[in-house]
Amino acid sequence: MARISASVYTSHVPAVGAAIDLGKTAEPYWQPVFQGYDFSKQWLKEQKPDVIFLVYNDHANAFSLDLIPTFAIGTAAEFAVADEGWGPRPVPKVIGHPKLAGHIAQSVIQDDFDLTIVNKMDIDHGLTVPLSLMCGQPQAWPCPVIPFAVNVVQYPAPSGRRCYMLGKAIRKAILSYDEPLNVQIWGTGGMSHQLQGPRAGLINKEFDNNFLDRLIADPEGLSKMPHIDYVREAGSEGIELVMWLIARGAMDDVNGGSNKPNVRHRFYHVPASNTAVGHLILENN
Amino acid sequence: MSLDKPYTDVPGTTIFDAEMSRQGYHLNQFCMSLMKAENRARFKADERAYLDEWPMTEDQKLAVMARDLNRCIALGGNIYFLAKIGATDGKSFQQMAGSMTGMSEDEYRNMMVSGGRTIEGNRYTGEKK
Repeated sequence: MARISASVYTSHVPAVGAAIDLGKTAEPYWQPVFQGYDFSKQWLKEQKPDVIFLVYNDHANAFSLDLIPTFAIGTAAEFAVADEGWGPRPVPKVIGHPKLAGHIAQSVIQDDFDLTIVNKMDIDHGLTVPLSLMCGQPQAWPCPVIPFAVNVVQYPAPSGRRCYMLGKAIRKAILSYDEPLNVQIWGTGGMSHQLQGPRAGLINKEFDNNFLDRLIADPEGLSKMPHIDYVREAGSEGIELVMWLIARGAMDDVNGGSNKPNVRHRFYHVPASNTAVGHLILENN
Repeated sequence: MSLDKPYTDVPGTTIFDAEMSRQGYHLNQFCMSLMKAENRARFKADERAYLDEWPMTEDQKLAVMARDLNRCIALGGNIYFLAKIGATDGKSFQQMAGSMTGMSEDEYRNMMVSGGRTIEGNRYTGEKK
């Protein structure tokens, strides 16, 4: 049977991808950001996951206003890197896991979460920046990745509660898969940031650190936070944080397990471009 | 009964909801077309002619040509779509975001390095700073 060994949470700031691609990671501005991921790169090498289930949002690249799926699961064999307007990032294409992805779709839809199934889609910085932060610059990504895109572009995004419950359904699906796969689930985006209007540049360190604390210790309570609190306190784009609750909902301790997860790593830094960078690694115990 | 929109009193912020999305559909789809290198080249060669291929309002076209992102957003633009215009101009997301704040590029960058815009005084419209 497949199992979920750990969850990873990280921001996916596009400028971080540009800094890696342009060889700027050692510059004084960027060094503190990347130092926060030194442990994580080593950790990932040791963990050797077979599949990463990667929750992210598309930023008007795969999905225009023609089609806005709230939850979309990538079931393709591979995914090309999108040209977001600056030219595609020079990173490897993403190899999918169609068999597990199809299994998850079938299970989760029968659990009342109406996923959109996507057999062809390009992936953008929301998915590739977390991979770059956790893997560096390999010739190929270390394992297959199942892209799971959440709409946070057009309001309303799904509620934190819905995301949290979806995480539980994804967990149930993964645990019912017959092959003995080591699966990690990643939740990406955030933390506080606002990219538009006269309030652009908003950062709320207190909110962010409280979010990290509660994500670890009280995800159930955190999942009930309404949209308006994200928007008002963490900025219009801070609402991406609801995606972290999908990964958190898939962990043992909130699904009948008796042990709290191990906090293997926690990191927070301001700024990366317009954004507060947050990062957590939780291992099932 | 009308929809509850609790986000209308967040200062300096436009939430891209269904109503804005409807107004901005063609503007945002124009932006989307700039994901292709050949369209970026055509747009740069003659912005007005390229924009005239889209059923956008005159105000939307003028806002794009003026690179007035706040105006684009007021007319239904969404920042992730509008970012394609910035990318076409070779601008970073930080330059784009900063351009909407009334600050210079350096001032905005320095604000971010110093920890960003504070939440204090920025939660509600009309709140005392």
